[in-house]
Amino acid sequence: MSEVQRYIHALNSVLREYMGADPRYLYMGEDVRFATRGVAKGLVDEFGPDRVLDCPISEQGFTGVATGLAMAGYRPIVEYQITALLYVAFDQLVDQAQKMSFITGGQTAVPVTYLMAGSGWRPGIAGQHADNPYALLVHCGMKTGIPVAADDAAGMLRAALDDPDPVMLFLPAACLPSRGEISGDVAPIGTGRIARPGTDISVCAIGPMVNLALEAAEAMELDGVSVEVIDPRWLLPFDYDLLRQSIRKTGRLVVCDDASRSCGIASEIAASVHEMFPHDLRAPVERLTRPDVPMPFAPTLESAVVPNVVKLCDAIRRALRTTEGTRR
Amino acid sequence: MMGTEALKRMLTIRTFEQNIAALVNANRVTGVTHEYIGQEAVAVGICAELQQDDVITSTHRGHGHVIAKGGDIVRMFAELMGRATGMNRGRGGSMHIADVSIGVFGANGIVAAGAPIAGGAALAMRLSGTDRVSATFFGDGGSNQGVLFETLNLAALWKLPMLFVCENNGYAATTSIDSVLAVKSISKRAAAFGMPAETVDGMDVRAVRDAAQRAVTLARSGGGPSFIEALTYRFVGHHTAETLMKMEYRSDEELVTWKERDPIELEAARLLAEGVSDAAIDELRSQVAAHVKRAIEMADGAPRPSPESATDFMYASGTRPVGGRQ
Repeated sequence: MSEVQRYIHALNSVLREYMGADPRYLYMGEDVRFATRGVAKGLVDEFGPDRVLDCPISEQGFTGVATGLAMAGYRPIVEYQITALLYVAFDQLVDQAQKMSFITGGQTAVPVTYLMAGSGWRPGIAGQHADNPYALLVHCGMKTGIPVAADDAAGMLRAALDDPDPVMLFLPAACLPSRGEISGDVAPIGTGRIARPGTDISVCAIGPMVNLALEAAEAMELDGVSVEVIDPRWLLPFDYDLLRQSIRKTGRLVVCDDASRSCGIASEIAASVHEMFPHDLRAPVERLTRPDVPMPFAPTLESAVVPNVVKLCDAIRRALRTTEGTRR
Repeated sequence: MMGTEALKRMLTIRTFEQNIAALVNANRVTGVTHEYIGQEAVAVGICAELQQDDVITSTHRGHGHVIAKGGDIVRMFAELMGRATGMNRGRGGSMHIADVSIGVFGANGIVAAGAPIAGGAALAMRLSGTDRVSATFFGDGGSNQGVLFETLNLAALWKLPMLFVCENNGYAATTSIDSVLAVKSISKRAAAFGMPAETVDGMDVRAVRDAAQRAVTLARSGGGPSFIEALTYRFVGHHTAETLMKMEYRSDEELVTWKERDPIELEAARLLAEGVSDAAIDELRSQVAAHVKRAIEMADGAPRPSPESATDFMYASGTRPVGGRQ
């Protein structure tokens, strides 16, 4: 039975359900009792201060504490308020938590769910709060996902909380206030979805770029172009099977990612597609990303660097014009 | 730990490390390792007060802590010799050696990075209502890491049942504490967190054990964390290759002075004075030597991990890593 819920309420409901059913789940982070980001609203009233831990501004410290808790049998959920805190906690995330299973030869699992609540760009937040550095985590092997739809926020959180490994979910600021139908289903780690079916060109959109791609698809439809929008949901593992099915149909791919260009997830997807199924492509893969600069502050500069519908439609047209002739 | 047990543990660590250095030089252990020679009393004194289900996190110089906590030296040799039967199945080596089943949550290649992990283990113990404790080892170098200060604050704030054990051997690799510590007494830093602290003679296993006993008793009874600074010295280089590289940053005189207070000889002399016979101590030395020799032989006979398994254990879920065997 489905119901309409806000994205943020869908997350909160799943947290209550899991924490209510299993005392091993703990929630920790900065300002989580007050629930600044809204995700943890009411948790401390329901589960008490021992299970909802307000942490000092010590991102390395509490990230490491979560690892130790997980190794000792708990299932901590760690909230970060700002995406750039990933940089501060990076050693504890990727060198400690993520590597622990491997470097101990499988002696321990580290079941921690990290929530990057309010990730990505919002107008006016400038250089140090606006990055989308998920490619760094993918590079280091951490399971990483970005729910865009409210249903996926709930379903992907379930998948993360069920998983025995460290899992990071980016919860985009642009998506937190949205609402949608909630199915109650798990969105299994490593599975994407078709956000809009089409036949002429595939757009693989990362995070909130899915909504941008849906707008672009509407616009292109007026020109008689049918755009298929892929929401991979998980960046690692990545659903290349889904992408291949789409490219087999369309022969063309644009990857749209609101993050820096070099060594970004769009680069990885483009390289992998060329490697894994070159004969399904009729044109080189197009990338639409930010340029490799920090987010500028002034609104005119901001809009110059972030992807928008006009830029995406241009990228789609470029991909439609070019022909590689590699298809057999 | 009564009688000759502490001496036996220290001898085991010393003999293990001497053999590891020889194996490194013979290229039977690849890379370099950081030997614990000279610092044995610290690990043995602290771990004498810990039970098997208490947790420790260790450092890049971690072999001594693992042995003191009860680690099996056959599996340790096997790990360092790159065998499938190694403690970490050949995935960790010296700097990541771990035995989670006896509470060793890992040596660590990043200075002081084990501190918050031990803090998490201590929080788990407090939340689950047991009287278990954790201890994190770090050096004078680690005492300057931000993550250590973060963990000191968290541990004091949350009254975690935890020991912070600083092995002050005077040098962070080649850098003397004189050039990197604003205040020479590291234990004084604990006062800023409202944490009981003491500085002990880290060459005296009984002094370390007594300090550990006070800290562990406090932690088990809900009194929160303590800080122990053990003054010690490593008799060898920062790592195995140091002699080859002719790294000279300590005076011969300083080394000789510290070697006069060799923790093993100090404890042996004390046992003799207490009536243990020369013969009994000699017997202990030969028992340990034989045990270590046998362990190397057993490890050497073990199979190497198959190349096909190189990407195994990345994910507990069984998810296959990108670029590896699918």
